[in-house]
Amino acid sequence: MQHTNHDLHHGHDHDHAHHEPGFWGKYVFSTDHKVIGIQYAITALVFLFFGFSLMMLMRWQLAYPGKAIPLVGSLLHNMLGDAAPGITDASGKITGYIMSADLYNAFGAMHGTIMVFLGIVPLAFAAFGNFVVPLQIGAPDMAFPRVNMASYQSFVVGGVIMLVSFFIPGGAASAGWTSYSPLATLGSTHGQTFWIIGMVFLITSSLLGAVNFIATIIQMRAPGMNWMRLPFFVWAQFVTAFLLLLAFPPLEAAAVMQLMDKVAHTSFFLPTGLVVSGQLANISGGGSPLLWQHLFWFLGHPEVYVLILPAMGIVCEIIANNTRKPIWGYKSLVYSTLAIGFLSFIVWAHHMYLTGMGTKISTFFQTTTMIISIPSVIILTCFFISLWGGSIRFNTPMLFCLAFLPMFGIGGLTGLPLGFNYSDLFLHDTYYVIAHFHYIVAPGTIFALFAGIYYWYPKATGRHMSEFWGKVHFWLSFLFMNLIFQPMFVQGMAGLNRRLYDGGATYAGVADPATGLVVGIPQVFLDLNKMISHAAWALALVQIPFIINFFWSMKNGKKVTSDNPWEATTLEWQTPTPPPHGNFLTEPHVYRGPYEYSVPGHGKDFTPQNEPEHGAPQPIPQKAH
Amino acid sequence: MEIPYTVKPRPDTGLYNAKVGIWLFLASEVMLFGALFSAYILLRVGASAGTWPHGLLNVTLGTINTIVLITSSITVVMAWVSLKLNQFGKFKMYQAITLLCALAFLGIKSVEYKDKFSHYQIIKKDGTYVDGHMHGATYLDKEGKSREEHKFHGLSFKENNVEYSLKEVVLNGIEAAQLSEINEPHKDKEHKHEHKNISVPAAEIQKINNYGPWHNTYMAIYFTLTGLHALHVIGGALVIGFLWGPGAKMWRTEPERFTNRIEVSGLFWHFVDLVWIFLFPVLYLL
Amino acid sequence: MSDNHTAHDVSKHVRGYLIVFGALLIGTVLTVWASHFHFGNKDSNVGNIVVALIIALTKAFLVAGYFMHLISEKKLIYSVLAFTGFFFAGLMFLTLWSMHPQNIVHFK
Repeated sequence: MQHTNHDLHHGHDHDHAHHEPGFWGKYVFSTDHKVIGIQYAITALVFLFFGFSLMMLMRWQLAYPGKAIPLVGSLLHNMLGDAAPGITDASGKITGYIMSADLYNAFGAMHGTIMVFLGIVPLAFAAFGNFVVPLQIGAPDMAFPRVNMASYQSFVVGGVIMLVSFFIPGGAASAGWTSYSPLATLGSTHGQTFWIIGMVFLITSSLLGAVNFIATIIQMRAPGMNWMRLPFFVWAQFVTAFLLLLAFPPLEAAAVMQLMDKVAHTSFFLPTGLVVSGQLANISGGGSPLLWQHLFWFLGHPEVYVLILPAMGIVCEIIANNTRKPIWGYKSLVYSTLAIGFLSFIVWAHHMYLTGMGTKISTFFQTTTMIISIPSVIILTCFFISLWGGSIRFNTPMLFCLAFLPMFGIGGLTGLPLGFNYSDLFLHDTYYVIAHFHYIVAPGTIFALFAGIYYWYPKATGRHMSEFWGKVHFWLSFLFMNLIFQPMFVQGMAGLNRRLYDGGATYAGVADPATGLVVGIPQVFLDLNKMISHAAWALALVQIPFIINFFWSMKNGKKVTSDNPWEATTLEWQTPTPPPHGNFLTEPHVYRGPYEYSVPGHGKDFTPQNEPEHGAPQPIPQKAH
Repeated sequence: MEIPYTVKPRPDTGLYNAKVGIWLFLASEVMLFGALFSAYILLRVGASAGTWPHGLLNVTLGTINTIVLITSSITVVMAWVSLKLNQFGKFKMYQAITLLCALAFLGIKSVEYKDKFSHYQIIKKDGTYVDGHMHGATYLDKEGKSREEHKFHGLSFKENNVEYSLKEVVLNGIEAAQLSEINEPHKDKEHKHEHKNISVPAAEIQKINNYGPWHNTYMAIYFTLTGLHALHVIGGALVIGFLWGPGAKMWRTEPERFTNRIEVSGLFWHFVDLVWIFLFPVLYLL
Repeated sequence: MSDNHTAHDVSKHVRGYLIVFGALLIGTVLTVWASHFHFGNKDSNVGNIVVALIIALTKAFLVAGYFMHLISEKKLIYSVLAFTGFFFAGLMFLTLWSMHPQNIVHFK
């Protein structure tokens, strides 16, 4: 409807929108938000599986320290050389290959980096945000389609740099995903340099994406789509984009400084009098290792909400749709999300209690941390109450969402002892922390992302994924996720340190002959390592149905019978399936809030947002402005 | 459907898309430079007494560069005004001046950088300092034949398979018993140090390095802040240059949209100026 | 500055831009000149820092307010910048506060 005379005069500038682009233009260098969303989704899913594979190898080392790696041992040796050294039997014959301590460290650092920055953020924020947000607000595309493409390309470049770093001499970065200096800076290998440069590209990608999302949500809402009619998912993405926009630049600054430390031999994060391997380091000194930690966690904590808010948005959409009820407390959800976004900038140093911050500062950050748990609880409570009295449809997306609620609850509540200074001092470097945040991002966020994939798949492809295999995928994933992370709480509370290359075998408990008391970590907690590892490998196996389902259904899935197969109210279901370039045939007008399910007096149990007060949705011929 | 509000402002926000976009981007830039300024304050507060240099940089060059950037800011505004008044020729002239200013700024900056790379500090084995610009270095080959160099090539270097080792270095500068005499010369006005050529034999040298980013945390933050700022100048100049050259043909087809582009690129340019307004006193004067 | 200003309005602003330009030049000279004096307590340079920052903030206000049209900008932009300012202040002050030597616990 924008084809006024004015536009036609300058039509040659918009030619790309009018004729069909070729393969490269359509799938690789596309500026269409839906294609970019799908590009992000597939790339991020590949990275998620890759990051998971690194952990599966590490779990072998933890369960069977020093034993030859089965199946992929020689492959690893061929690719990475002596990082996976051979072990020999009595006759000197090589019987297999093991994981060296350096490789374990590199895999650990890259597992975290890849899962967070190349897996979940691009999937939760960029992929779902790109595909769904413009559709839900009734926009033809993002505000800046070419910036959007640049964002994806920058992401790919960053990802490739991270992958290449595995194969350079000395291997990938191995100072943890947090890259604390001086550990990260002082090594002679270049893995960390690659990590920093890769991060700069990923940060650039996120910044471009964030600018685009915010501008789109502010500027491109369809007529009538005022702020309190936005689907909660859009709100979640809006706040997430602000977190990325304002929290990432300090990490970029820190990355630039660490790069200078690494390449130009500055001492931003290196203190005076630093001793390395018994020798006074040849540096100018005068820097501060704590500065890195502050700048890192200034991003790092908002990043946690970058991971969880889009997931909450997805869960909200799916719960409303499958309970066939309005979401309980829409405004509370919105304000809680804004409060989380705001508060998340002033809680970061609760990651740093162990650095010896003074009591006043610890108290300050402890207080803000406790306060920020309140809006999170409000959100979760709203979701639970929304279930009350609904006639729930238990389809695959809904099952994942229902599992999200208690899983996120466990993850959140176990975070409280970590938010308190005193209990954190004991728990901080143990498996308890691993269990806590994985409960939030693995059975929490990732379950919500699975739910989102099953839910919006019909819109993207015009076909359903298999319900049966979806349920198999759900129930087994649910089982194994809990078998992996629940025992880690136990290990952590027993004091098992989370960075041990051999899973703690060195510190195995020995009974003191005099008293009979066990000194060290009792064997029973170390034995859990084996159980956890087996559960992790089983979790990988049960993703196979999902992967096959995902690709098989593109061509062979059950065809959708209408453009709105879930009978949903939001605008993305009011488009053709799959939506064409430009999305809507006529500009949608919005007349109501996002979750008008089972409104009394209506013939059907859902009322789309673009349905006028009386009668069916009609294309409105003339815009008001 | 076309993307709305690329030219005309959206009624409820009063803004066109690109203006929202650039301000959001500038917000993130505020956080980027803000983090670096925080780092600057921290490093400076944490520096032990006498190690933070004062008056090291050339204030005259810094002042000239400040004026150059301010001039470029007014020409950017005037270029936008010219388009609003439908005076395309004037727009071309003003943006040409902007681009020349950008070049001048970068030229002066590189002169300053070069100066720092030829400025050396020697810690002698007796614990005293010699600090000044490299006047020359004498190297010896295996046979004891000496060779004069204007530049410093390290304690030894190899050329055409001949190894040369340092005999002595001549710096044009001052001798000092303590670091604070070099870093805080204004504190001690009676003791005015005359610059003179000082020759230091290689055997007396404990450590020698130039004022690159590795020299101390002040030089580190100086090079990082000004380097990042210079990258922004280059980026801004590329955009303005594109809109001045090939991008200017949009003026004929979509004048309003082109004017918006000039406004948006101008906003970025003013931000770069804004950063320099803080960098100049912080690095040069305080 | 909204985009529907007429050519007449715009040319009226030109005078303002030139005044701001002059003020910026004066500010630059002023800050260099002021750096030759010592303000406040003999042993600290806090006085000089305050003077330099006041001049810099004034110049920044002129550039942002007039060249970037912030004084007549839309509410939306103000809100974005207000949030940014708040988080920037949080980053700077909380970091400085927690890294102040008095507030660091030294484990012995």
